[in-house]
Amino acid sequence: MCDQTFLANVFGSCDKCFKQRALRPVFKKSQQLSYCSTCAEIMATEALHENETLASLKSEAESLKGKLEEERAKLHDVELHQVAERVEALGQFVMKTRRTLKGHGNKVLCMDWCKDKRRIVSSSQDGKVIVWDSFTTNKEHAVTMPCTWVMACAYAPSGCAIACGGLDNKCSVYPLTFDKNENMAAKKKSVAMHTNYLSACSFTNSDMQILTASGDGTCALWDVESGQLLQSFHGHGADVLCLDLAPSETGNTFVSGGCDKKAMVWDMRSGQCVQAFETHESDINSVRYYPSGDAFASGSDDATCRLYDLRADREVAIYSKESIIFGASSVDFSLSGRLLFAGYNDYTINVWDVLKGSRVSILFGHENRVSTLRVSPDGTAFCSGSWDHTLRVREVVFSFPVCERRGEG
Amino acid sequence: MAAGPAPPPGRPRAQMPHLRKMERVVVSMQDPDQGVKMRSQRLLVTVIPHAVTGSDVVQWLTQKFCLSEEEARHLGAVLVQHGYIYPLRDPRSLVLRPDETPYRFQTPYFWTSTLWPAAELDYAIYLAKKNIRKQGTLVDYEKECYDRLHTKINHAWDLVLMQAREQLRAAKQRRKGDRLVIACQEQTYWLVNRPPPGVPSVLEQSPGRGSCAASRVHMTKRADFYKQEIEYCRRALGRTRVKSSVCFEAYLSFCSQRGPHDPLVSGCLPSNPWISDDDAYWVMNAPTVVAPTKLRVERWGFSFRELLEDPVGRAHFMDFLGKEFSGENLSFWEACEDLRYGAQAQVPTLVDAVYQQFLAPGAARWVNIDSRTMERTLEGLRQPHRYVLDDAQLHIYMLMKKDSYPRFLKSDMYKGLLAEAGIPLETKKRVFPFSRRPRHSSPSPALLPTPVEPTAAGGPGGGDGVA
Repeated sequence: MCDQTFLANVFGSCDKCFKQRALRPVFKKSQQLSYCSTCAEIMATEALHENETLASLKSEAESLKGKLEEERAKLHDVELHQVAERVEALGQFVMKTRRTLKGHGNKVLCMDWCKDKRRIVSSSQDGKVIVWDSFTTNKEHAVTMPCTWVMACAYAPSGCAIACGGLDNKCSVYPLTFDKNENMAAKKKSVAMHTNYLSACSFTNSDMQILTASGDGTCALWDVESGQLLQSFHGHGADVLCLDLAPSETGNTFVSGGCDKKAMVWDMRSGQCVQAFETHESDINSVRYYPSGDAFASGSDDATCRLYDLRADREVAIYSKESIIFGASSVDFSLSGRLLFAGYNDYTINVWDVLKGSRVSILFGHENRVSTLRVSPDGTAFCSGSWDHTLRVREVVFSFPVCERRGEG
Repeated sequence: MAAGPAPPPGRPRAQMPHLRKMERVVVSMQDPDQGVKMRSQRLLVTVIPHAVTGSDVVQWLTQKFCLSEEEARHLGAVLVQHGYIYPLRDPRSLVLRPDETPYRFQTPYFWTSTLWPAAELDYAIYLAKKNIRKQGTLVDYEKECYDRLHTKINHAWDLVLMQAREQLRAAKQRRKGDRLVIACQEQTYWLVNRPPPGVPSVLEQSPGRGSCAASRVHMTKRADFYKQEIEYCRRALGRTRVKSSVCFEAYLSFCSQRGPHDPLVSGCLPSNPWISDDDAYWVMNAPTVVAPTKLRVERWGFSFRELLEDPVGRAHFMDFLGKEFSGENLSFWEACEDLRYGAQAQVPTLVDAVYQQFLAPGAARWVNIDSRTMERTLEGLRQPHRYVLDDAQLHIYMLMKKDSYPRFLKSDMYKGLLAEAGIPLETKKRVFPFSRRPRHSSPSPALLPTPVEPTAAGGPGGGDGVA
């Protein structure tokens, strides 16, 4: 015989069915309610159903992902560096800084080249956006944005306008004017509206469309003239930090990378994610397409750069070294795709041989982290912007080929 | 200076993976067998055990990671900057001197990832201790901070002073050596967390990201998130993949084909403008130039896209098509491009113009599309949008690519262009390297009138944004 304990019952009207019954305290989303026993039972089974569904969905997703990895692995018959063994090694590199652009009073966060191969737009933490003729180092235009941390800027293909944005959650387009009487800020056009900071922006093939990436986890395509949202891209699970348009013939896709460690390839027309890659171990700070458009590289806080092939649908190379500890903030390819330049948070720039996977050179010179790096449109030089307030344009002076340096493997 | 909004007390190790890696390096440096050689360092009259010299640190890094001297010094400097290694003699600046200067490894208690973020109260106590211990040891910026904190946490100031005195009293009971070490450790910690003006803070992060990471975590893993994943996986499983070896061969051939055209790999003629300060290279390779260089004409043969992207190449191709009476194909393609990348407001007008000129029965420049695509396109024209001509455009593009383009490459016209095109002579290197050529400025594209492309639609060319 066991003792029977009786609950003290409260009688009243049930919060759900409003019938006069014996009530039980029930917690729904941390709010205490009083349900009759019938309603309490129903609620319990409902919750169970929901959880089961969630759990089963999760396991289904996991198993499908596993199957996907298997399929991808089936066609992986050789490693890139093995195939690259028959390629001649690159010679000894000497890279010199040819121009140092000083003028920003604060950290340089982003830069972009103009199609004329010499002009540059750069943006900084104090809200200043400057257009330089980097060949002569003259400043041609300067705008002060109403916000700080202008993390994204882009040059229009025609060279007649620039776009920028940051903590103001917007992307604004400024037409460039040489008219002394006109204030550039007066003609500013607010194009994109996000619900969190703007992390990257890029014009498509014309001045009239802009693609943006934001801390709100989405990317979006906008019509500059009207500010209308043409397409939005949802799928990232966290902030989107970077994007790059594909140099393909049919020009329809772009890749984005985010804090959810995923790099996703999108179809601009439908807004759907076409391919996704999740092999990085930390935030992806920068993505850039290989010049042929068949692959793209990504730089991440996990101190590695990786190459993903779109046709093989997998990661095909990792560029890392044990001594490289800090994250890569920006990457770009040389014109032939043989060299990968990556700027890191430990103030250095590492240059990688894309095919062989080895590091070709390490460049010092910046006094704070390298935040942005782009190769010029005709591939004659590359420019790096840093938190040390400067931008440096560097090029390469080659020596004769030497056998690979020991330890540079 | 404070670095923006204070990051929430998250998990710094997850947010800053480089800290974890640095810690691993530092731990292996302290390995009794494989680590850096430790020795006792004499400072005035005290002997401090487990000290290392700057040069030993650099050498260990060189050997362990097979680095050059410069890189090892840089890595060592970074470790010191983050406070994992501190100088014993001059604890005011965190720099690595690759000589006999003594250093020590920071205790894990004070590691950046352990005790983070640094609390204002603790800083106040630290400054108060310094002030009490010896009047006048506070440096200018420290004095400022001290005053500022005094106003800010005035209500807790008694606590601050009490704590400071208490800690000083406890410290007096330690051996002199330990006291010195702890003082250095604490000073290093504060140099990292409250850097003096002029020294960039190594802990500064971009805004928004500090809060992101592990805590923000994946927008709620709800049912629809998983459904999306499942949907994506199913689609991905159905896609065709290419063998890795095939993809890699493509890279190799692309790189070798483009190698001579890559200035950073093969140099450029007459000279790289950034080296010689002479913009002749850009003048010779301007978008519209009468005599394109040989390399440029060669590139037109690499792919159809290369040919179309080069205005000079495209113009020649248009001439060629004209001779074959298929010029309307290229014009149609250009008009479609204008539509795709044009302003939203112009879409209906452009679509209509294209239809009138290229697709309508009896149109002036009718393009030959297969009947099925034509049917689909005409159907879609009822509700015009910017992608309505995509199918037709692709069809014409492939037609040109598979048919006209190869014939162009085999044509006398192209061969003639290739033969005519010259290779610029290399600019002779200047005898006196110090005399710099004046760097000529060029007119900004924002000044030039936008070049109007010969679009079939006859509308304004793209990119009209001139003020």
